[in-house]
Amino acid sequence: MKAERKEAMIKNWYKFSAGGASVIGLAIVLLIILLAVFAPVIAPYPEDAGAVVKFAESSQAPNEEHLMGTDTMGRDVFSRLLISLRGSLLMGVLVLAIAVPVGFVVGVLAGYYKDTWVETVLMRIVDIFLSVPALVLALAIAAILEPNLRNSMIAITIMWWPWYARLSFGVASSLRTENYIVYAELTGAKLSHIIFKEFLPNTFDQILTKMTLDMGYVICMGATLSFVGLGEQPPMPALGNMINDGVKFLPEMWWLAIFLAVTIIIIVLGFNLLGDGVGNIFNVEGK
Amino acid sequence: MSLLKSILKRLASALVVLLGLTIIIFVLMRIVPGDPARLALGANVTEEVLEKYREANHLNESLPMQYVYWLTGALRGDFGMSAVTKRAVIQDITDFAPATIELVLWAGFPPILAALFLGVTSAQHKNKWQDYLCRFLGYIFVATPTFVFAVLFVLVFGYWLPVMPTIGGRLSPSFVIPDITGLYVLDALLGGQPQAAWDAFLHLLFPALALALGKTMQEARITRSSMLQNADKDYITMVTSQGVPQSVVNRKFLLKPSVIPTVTIIGMDIATMFGNAFLVERIFNWPGLSSYGMTAILNKDTNAVCAVVLIIGLAFTLTSIAVDIVAMILDPRMRQKRTR
Repeated sequence: MKAERKEAMIKNWYKFSAGGASVIGLAIVLLIILLAVFAPVIAPYPEDAGAVVKFAESSQAPNEEHLMGTDTMGRDVFSRLLISLRGSLLMGVLVLAIAVPVGFVVGVLAGYYKDTWVETVLMRIVDIFLSVPALVLALAIAAILEPNLRNSMIAITIMWWPWYARLSFGVASSLRTENYIVYAELTGAKLSHIIFKEFLPNTFDQILTKMTLDMGYVICMGATLSFVGLGEQPPMPALGNMINDGVKFLPEMWWLAIFLAVTIIIIVLGFNLLGDGVGNIFNVEGK
Repeated sequence: MSLLKSILKRLASALVVLLGLTIIIFVLMRIVPGDPARLALGANVTEEVLEKYREANHLNESLPMQYVYWLTGALRGDFGMSAVTKRAVIQDITDFAPATIELVLWAGFPPILAALFLGVTSAQHKNKWQDYLCRFLGYIFVATPTFVFAVLFVLVFGYWLPVMPTIGGRLSPSFVIPDITGLYVLDALLGGQPQAAWDAFLHLLFPALALALGKTMQEARITRSSMLQNADKDYITMVTSQGVPQSVVNRKFLLKPSVIPTVTIIGMDIATMFGNAFLVERIFNWPGLSSYGMTAILNKDTNAVCAVVLIIGLAFTLTSIAVDIVAMILDPRMRQKRTR
C-alpha cells in the first residue's frame, strides 16, 4: 500500500513537472508564502508598515540600505511590499474559502436537479451575476460598503462564486446519469451523501485546478480595487494603494510603482504556472 | 434545433437575466446607508424640500413599488439626475458612451488578427523558438493586470520614449472634427482630415493596447492549443496522406475548426473589456463611460452608478449573444449546447 502511494506520488510529480514551468511556479508560490508569513521578521524596517514619517530618509532611490528605495514619507518600500503580501494572500485564501464551497453546492444542486425548476432558478441567478463584468459590480459593491480590506474581500467573493457554480454545474450535469449516482439514489442515499461523497470527489480535480489559477486572479482583482482606493486604506500598505501613490510621482520616482507592479505580475504568473501543473496531474485543461 | 430557434431561446434567457440584474442593482442602490433625498440634495435643505423631493421621486412608496417606478423610468431612459454633474444621467451616458465604444472596438477587434497569427505561428513551430517566445510572452502578459499595463505604458511611452500624447483625452485641442458617429478616428476620416485621424489614433493606441494585450495573448494560447489538438485528428492525417501540401491543409482544413474556441472566448473578452476600461480610462484620462462610472462609484453617485452598471451589463450581454450566434453559424454543434 505504501509503495503504491509512493509510486502514485512519483507519477503525479512526473506529470506535474513535465515541461518544467510548473516547477518554477511552485517555487514562486512557495517563496511568496514564506515571505508573507515571515514578513515581520525579514522586513528590514517592519515599523514602516504604518503611519511613520522619516523625513531624513524620504524619496531615496534604491540603494544599499533601502533595496527598493523609500517613499515620500521616508518609509522603506521593500518592507512595505513584504508586509502587503500578507493582506494579498489572506484575501486570496479567504475569498476562495467562501466562494468555492458556495459555488460548488449551488452548481451541483443545479446539476443534480437538471431540467427541473431548481436548475432554472439557480442557474439564472448565476447567469445574472455573470452578466456584468465582475470588476464593475465588485467596484460598485465595494464603494457602497465602507472602503476597507474586509469589504473588498466581500465584494470579490460575491462576484467569484458564480464561476464555481458554473464549473460544478457542468461536471455534475454530465455525471447525473452515471450508474454510481443512480445506484446511490436507489439505495436511498441522502442528498448530502450524493453531493459530498459522490459528486465532490469527481469534481475535485477541476475545482482544485481552477482554485490554483484563481488565487492569482483574486489577488490581482484585490490589487485593482485597492488601486482605486476601495481596499486596504493608507497608511497600511497594499499592493494596489502603494502603486496608486507611486503613480503620482512618475517618472522621476519610478521605484515607488515599478517594483510593486512587477511583484503583482510575478504572483499571478506563479499561480498560473502552478495551476497549469496541477491541471496536468489531473489532465484538466486550465482556463 | 434550428439556428433561429436557438437564437430566440438565447435572447429570451438574456431578457430574464437582465431583469434580474435590474433587481440586484436596485437593491444595491437602496442599501446605501443614508437618506436618498438627503444624499441627492445635500445637507443644507429644509425638511419641506426633502419631502417634496421624496414625493416627486416616489421615495415614500413601498420598496417593490419604488422598483417598478425605477424600472419603468429606466426603460424610458430616465435614470434620474447625477449628483456629481447635476445633469440627467442619460445625457451624461450618451455623451460619454461613444468614447468607450471606440476604445473597446479598437481593443477588441484588430488584435484578434494578431492573436490568430501568433496562435497559428506558435502551433506550426511547436517547440521551436517562435513557439517558446509566444508562450513566454503569453504567460507574462496574461499575468499582468490591465491597470499595471496602463501604468507601465504611461511611464514608458509617456516619459521615457515620449511617443504618446501625455495629456490624455481623445484628440489634441488643435483639431476640430465633425460629429458624425462619435468615433473620432472614423469621423476625422469622413471629414477628410487624415491628420486629425492620425492624432485621434495616437491617443487611442496605448489605452487600447493596455486593454487588449492580456486578452490577445490568451486568445493566441487557445488558438495554439486547439490547432495542435485538431492537427492530430484522423481527417487531417487523411488529407495529408493524400499528398495535399501542408500549407493548404493548414489553411483549408485546420484553421476553421480551430478558430471556433477562440471566437467563443472573444465575446467574453470583449465584454470584460468594458469592465477593465474602468481603470484604463481613468489612468489615461480617456473621457468615456467607464471613467464616468468610476467617478460615480467613488463619489457614491447612486443614480449614475446604477445606470452605468446596467448599460454595461446590457453591452456585455448583447456582445456575448452576438458571439454565440457567430459560433452557432461556424459550428452547427453549438446550436444544441447550452452555451452559457
